[in-house]
Amino acid sequence: MKEESAATVNYLNCDYSIRSWLLTVDHKRIGIMYLLAVTVFFLIGGIMATLFRFELSTAAGDLVTAETYNKLFTLHGVVMVFFFLIPSVPAVLGNFVLPLAIGAKDVAFPKLNLLSWYVFMIGGGITLFVALTGGLDTGWTFYTPYSSTYATTDVLSAAIGVFITGFSSILTGLNFLVTIHKMRAPGMTWMRMPLFVWALYATSLIMVLATPVLAITVALLAVERATGIGIFDPALGGDPVLFQHMFWFYSHPAVYIMILPSMGVISELVATFCRRRIFGYSFVAASSIAIAVIGFFVWGHHLFLSTQSVYAGMVFSFLSFLVAVPSAVKTFNWTATMYKSSVSWQSPMLYVMGFMGLFLVGGLTGVVLATLGLDVHMHDTYFVVAHFHYIMVGGVLMGYLGGLHYWWPKITGRMYSEAWAKVSALLVFVGFNLTFMPQFILGYLGMPRRYYAYPPEWQTLNVLSSAGASVLGVGYLIPVIYLLWSLRHGKPAPANPWGGKGLEWTIASPPTPHNFEKPVIVTEGAYAYGEGGHGHG
Amino acid sequence: MSSPFALFPERASTMAWSVDALFLFILWISIFFTVGISAAVVYFAIKYRRKHDDEVPVQIEGHLGLEILWSVIPLILMMVMFFWGTKVFLQLVVSPADATPIYVVGKQWMWKIQHPDGRREINELHVPVGEKFRLIMTSEDVLHSFFVPAFRTKMDVVPGRYSSLWFEATREGVYHLFCAEYCGTSHSGMTGRVVVMSPADYAKWLSGQAPAGPAGGAMADVGAQLFTAKACNTCHDGRPGALGPPLAGTFGHSVTLADGSEVVVDEGYIRESILNPQAKLVRGFQPVMPTYKGQLSEEEILQLITHIKSLKSVEASGEKP
Repeated sequence: MKEESAATVNYLNCDYSIRSWLLTVDHKRIGIMYLLAVTVFFLIGGIMATLFRFELSTAAGDLVTAETYNKLFTLHGVVMVFFFLIPSVPAVLGNFVLPLAIGAKDVAFPKLNLLSWYVFMIGGGITLFVALTGGLDTGWTFYTPYSSTYATTDVLSAAIGVFITGFSSILTGLNFLVTIHKMRAPGMTWMRMPLFVWALYATSLIMVLATPVLAITVALLAVERATGIGIFDPALGGDPVLFQHMFWFYSHPAVYIMILPSMGVISELVATFCRRRIFGYSFVAASSIAIAVIGFFVWGHHLFLSTQSVYAGMVFSFLSFLVAVPSAVKTFNWTATMYKSSVSWQSPMLYVMGFMGLFLVGGLTGVVLATLGLDVHMHDTYFVVAHFHYIMVGGVLMGYLGGLHYWWPKITGRMYSEAWAKVSALLVFVGFNLTFMPQFILGYLGMPRRYYAYPPEWQTLNVLSSAGASVLGVGYLIPVIYLLWSLRHGKPAPANPWGGKGLEWTIASPPTPHNFEKPVIVTEGAYAYGEGGHGHG
Repeated sequence: MSSPFALFPERASTMAWSVDALFLFILWISIFFTVGISAAVVYFAIKYRRKHDDEVPVQIEGHLGLEILWSVIPLILMMVMFFWGTKVFLQLVVSPADATPIYVVGKQWMWKIQHPDGRREINELHVPVGEKFRLIMTSEDVLHSFFVPAFRTKMDVVPGRYSSLWFEATREGVYHLFCAEYCGTSHSGMTGRVVVMSPADYAKWLSGQAPAGPAGGAMADVGAQLFTAKACNTCHDGRPGALGPPLAGTFGHSVTLADGSEVVVDEGYIRESILNPQAKLVRGFQPVMPTYKGQLSEEEILQLITHIKSLKSVEASGEKP
């Protein structure tokens, strides 16, 4: 690392030892360690989904037992939400890109960054331990009093796993907030920041403010479960609806922890692949903050039928409509950015277009569910399942994959097969719609979620959905293969393969251990296309 | 029950079309925006696709008017959805005063239903067309949710409290009844059917049923026996100077509590007063009542409640038509 003269020294080849990875404080290496971890968790969650989609291809319960089915969807939810969706974009792409994007050597607290990875792995390890030693059958929502009193699975260990994992989110959020406040290069004013950085800022606010409430909630659940002190179980003098309020006070903002960073990625990709400053930059930046703030006050829309007061329901419905406005603003601005631009059809842009289509459907069906009179019928049906998969898989995962393809040359120094990347983007889009579009119809017909067996007249739609899931599965597996292939056989990546304007594209691919060899001074805003030169002087 | 190609469940209640009409309104708006924006994205992507590698398009900062336009138009549309949705919601959740009560207890994994006349059903609910019913529901164990898609209504069933749901069936038929809130191993087995019959068939069905459940008699009568057996009548005898407040005629009216506040006597208040008597003490009475927690099943509490409700008509005979 001291041989600064050698141009070929980069953060990957500076030290090959295992120790140098496990004790690294380099944000780029920590990003890669998160990449490996979340990929494993995604595969685990995906295998569970594959199994229960098989089960659901017939109306009767036959492939697995009801207990196993319940454990499969529970662990699918827990693993995907806490160990894939929440860390995916911020902890993988955010960790790698954020310091580069603001011209910094690293995050503000590199050691804390490493600690958050270890905390994440400990929480994940405990959760996998639960999965292997009998599983968990409460649903990822842990609703009481089932979870606190009635479930016979190891709720206590799972609660501890989730509790611990939350701290990795808090640490990452803190780190990013301080990094964005204090580590920006000279000249990188707030209104010159890339929109991905704005999105990470908004996300970090939620991580720091909401995650402690999750910790309190699962801690109280664990206390009731372990000691019988009545908090949530009415038989012990507790209130089961209180749990739902506390759980969603975190878990609804957590949806924005997942989607906001993806939205930020989409802004970067639209700008680069249209060679255009994002239309209405300040509105797109402000809408991230608006979503983060309003998003804190909509949790009660999960409780319209919980016996929550009718008036509370009205307030939460109103605020839920309100939080849809900044999302609409983003979508319109991305579309407007494409107008009279220069659109490249490279694979990351295909993911952007896929994101736009799926996010529109997900967002608008969210509006349907925010409508009080409709949620009565659709609450807890497959309509809700389809809706949140359009947001969290359609939206978040398309953004994540788009971003991974975009920054892959920077991360690894290699180009992947563009043709295979296009095939994969197409398969994911088609497979996704085939999987989840039938679930909207099933939901309106009245099929409740978390059903192991269902009335036979719904089999056709379920078979379609399962068929779509297998296309989707192939669409997700192909990138694993060609991205790994590229590590050995891919063409070496130039510093700036896409013509991007971010600071990360001004340095070598892969970057040197300390990112910037010369001091960075920023003299213009992000996305300075058509004004000559790069984003720094 | 419905064909495999149906896009909508059957409409079998007075509320079904109100819900579907609202859904279709929002659905068409959603389709308009989804298709419109997607078409714009695809059109721009084709029309402005990059022709040369060194192409630099004209730069556009933004447009304040457009930003306002595409914030305000969605907001206005959504406010229409909000008010319309709230109107339908209030119709769905506020029971009409003339609805006949039916008592529902959910437990892992069955629905236990008691009609006021004492008939009991499990996982089945028989009702006639054209009559309003109000289900008063609670759970013996975990959360459940009573869901009849053909009626477009659903309500969580929560241990420790009563929730309610009402409907008026409009079409004869047999409809799905589901538990919609995950409740453990056999959650998907906690299903049943709602049988909607013509008034004539319903009368025939009634006469074919055993006149009373195993406990014998109408719910209020069973409740009256319990009232004596549990010695409630010792203190709640309605005479001046009695240890407990009089109960007759109080249901649906408000009473003043020790702290000066008022509470309406409803099913939930009576339940709370039986299980946790000191929680809301009526003014002028001592906190001497013991709790009946653990001594009464959810069904027995409901029987006591129907008895207390019936006391109104017995005492206030002048109100009878």
